[in-house]
Amino acid sequence: MTPRSLFDKLWQLHVIAELDAQFSLLHIDRIFLHERTGGVALQSIAQEHRPVRHPELVFCTMDHIVDTFEGRDDDTLMPGGKDFIQTTRTEARRAGIRLFDVRDPDHGIVHVISPEQGIVLPGATIVCPDSHTCTQGGIGALAWGIGSSEAEHALATQTLRVSKPKSMRIQVDSALPAQVGAKDLMLFLIARHTAAGGSGHAIEFAGPAIRRLSVEARLTLCNMAVEFAAFTGMVAPDDQVFEYLHRRPFAPQGHDWEQALRHWRSLPGDTDARFHSELTLNAAEIPPMITWGTSPEHAVPVDGVVPDPSIAATANSRTGRERALAYMGLRPHEALQSLSIDAAFIGSCTNARLSDLESAARLLHGRKVAPGVRAICVPGSMQVRRDAEARGLHRIFLDAGFEWRVSGCSMCFNAGGESFGPEQRVVSTTNRNFEGRQGPRTRTHLASPATVAASAIAGHIADPRRLTLAD
Amino acid sequence: MEPFTIHRGIAVPLLRANVDTDAIIPSREMKRVGKTGLGQGLFAGWRYRNSDSREPEPDFVLNQARYAGASILLAGENFGCGSSREHAVWALKEYGFRAVLAPSFGVIFRDNCIRNGVLPIVLDEAKLIAIAEDSSAGGPVTVDLRSCQVFSPGGSVYSFDIPSAQREMLLEGLDPVALTLKLADRIEAFQRQDRLERPWIYLNRLREPSP
Ligand code: SF4
Repeated sequence: MTPRSLFDKLWQLHVIAELDAQFSLLHIDRIFLHERTGGVALQSIAQEHRPVRHPELVFCTMDHIVDTFEGRDDDTLMPGGKDFIQTTRTEARRAGIRLFDVRDPDHGIVHVISPEQGIVLPGATIVCPDSHTCTQGGIGALAWGIGSSEAEHALATQTLRVSKPKSMRIQVDSALPAQVGAKDLMLFLIARHTAAGGSGHAIEFAGPAIRRLSVEARLTLCNMAVEFAAFTGMVAPDDQVFEYLHRRPFAPQGHDWEQALRHWRSLPGDTDARFHSELTLNAAEIPPMITWGTSPEHAVPVDGVVPDPSIAATANSRTGRERALAYMGLRPHEALQSLSIDAAFIGSCTNARLSDLESAARLLHGRKVAPGVRAICVPGSMQVRRDAEARGLHRIFLDAGFEWRVSGCSMCFNAGGESFGPEQRVVSTTNRNFEGRQGPRTRTHLASPATVAASAIAGHIADPRRLTLAD
Repeated sequence: MEPFTIHRGIAVPLLRANVDTDAIIPSREMKRVGKTGLGQGLFAGWRYRNSDSREPEPDFVLNQARYAGASILLAGENFGCGSSREHAVWALKEYGFRAVLAPSFGVIFRDNCIRNGVLPIVLDEAKLIAIAEDSSAGGPVTVDLRSCQVFSPGGSVYSFDIPSAQREMLLEGLDPVALTLKLADRIEAFQRQDRLERPWIYLNRLREPSP
């Protein structure tokens, strides 16, 4: 038999029919929705009198537009935001799907609660009308973002028509140095191979450095696959993943669990599986990274300088870089570490899980945020928040001068209507530094939780390796 | 869905790389649940002088008189990357765009175009620059999906590829949900077999939220 990759296996497991030479009809095991793009899909199929085919396989959360202030309700800073929240609630109830509502104790960002609740499983297909659905590849699922029309198709039929993407393996050797995480790895990869480098591919991350990553770090890694223009990212599931999922509310139990485990162990790719393309990185070479511009590919080592646009390869990327410099208020050759910051943000489906908060808290312990810097921590879910509080992390954040919020996308994205303001320089653990992403004219520098914490303390962009750690 | 066969219109160049869906329609421009009322918000961050007015920014290409009424967009690499919001396509369509030509597209955005009768065409940058130069003198571009060709006003003709199923979907204006629902028997047969092999995938309704 031809050797098969993890991706080949996941694909084949879900093919219901070959529609033509290019498109297959795939079974979709889980559908997740949120109030920003899911409500419209539910509303639209209801108007067409098409029932949700398997409501028990569909989930919905309210993460994008909701406020993240303590005691929130349906009111939000986003004009018209309440309409999204209330319409989604009405439609979700009418369809009979599980909704993680505004005040649900298990509320959180879709890509954080999906594995946390055991909704996504290794080998499962999961889609959501949200581009960062690829996050779930971190536990060995085939997960990808779709648009609203595709979501309608999935809701009405429990299937999608998909053309099989090309495959890519990214082999990461060695191990990441101290204070360097999955976020740095992805920024390094995207800076080296451009934001279009994984265009349309299903990417498997493999190699010793990946095996060493925790489950949460693998979720961070795959989260950023879409910033590499990939169809999705994935990591072969292993015992760490199985342990992580054990006893999660929607994970299989008892006899089902044993059967699932046997199945999951058969999923990793055959050693001689072939890929359309392969890349290799040496993790030991990767420093803490930070972005200077308005694309995730505009990333440099945190102790680096703003590149000179005149050395860009093509005229188009030269103009792009010049625009980015103007937007970010930067000059070529400026040292990133010389840039003072107005705000620090720890949150989002990229880096707001417990281990992310721990990594920031280790540096914040016994220290204070620099005067004039607004610092905010928004745990990715209420469960993350409770776990962090049980460990006393909230005290560390609050004592340092951080705001400690309830879960949601918050200022990852201007959808909730809250922003740091024009020309404000923000160091952020999120995944996108596009123009206006965090609000009109806000300047975003993407980095890891450790780099954000170090920068919040310093009052300027700072290298986390230069801080001595608290125990 | 509105079928797409042939379209002739003004082509406007926006040849920046990595134009993301937030730039195509900023989140603050999505004010209600629904697929309409978005054309005004198209490229709002660039098209208007500031975020709270509708005063046109004269330098932005869509605001230039010679591109008034443009319906074909010449775009840069990785166009439509970023957020999955289909609102980006709804906004382009409501503004009047019927085709987008770019060296490459964000994957989700490209599918969203097909679903809404907007034709995404992949052509390399040099060809796009040539079409932009040709049409800057005035004169419409013609996009023919039947022959898979683009006719530039200067007389050049460029062929493009598109998966045949998607081409047919666009030409006929088909509704993919209706097509798939015809395969209901195959879907059920798959699920019956799959339930035996992966029973844990098919959740029962016992683990409900407390109301
Ligand atoms: S946290 Fe940010 S990237 Fe993640 S789902 Fe929310 S808005 Fe999207």
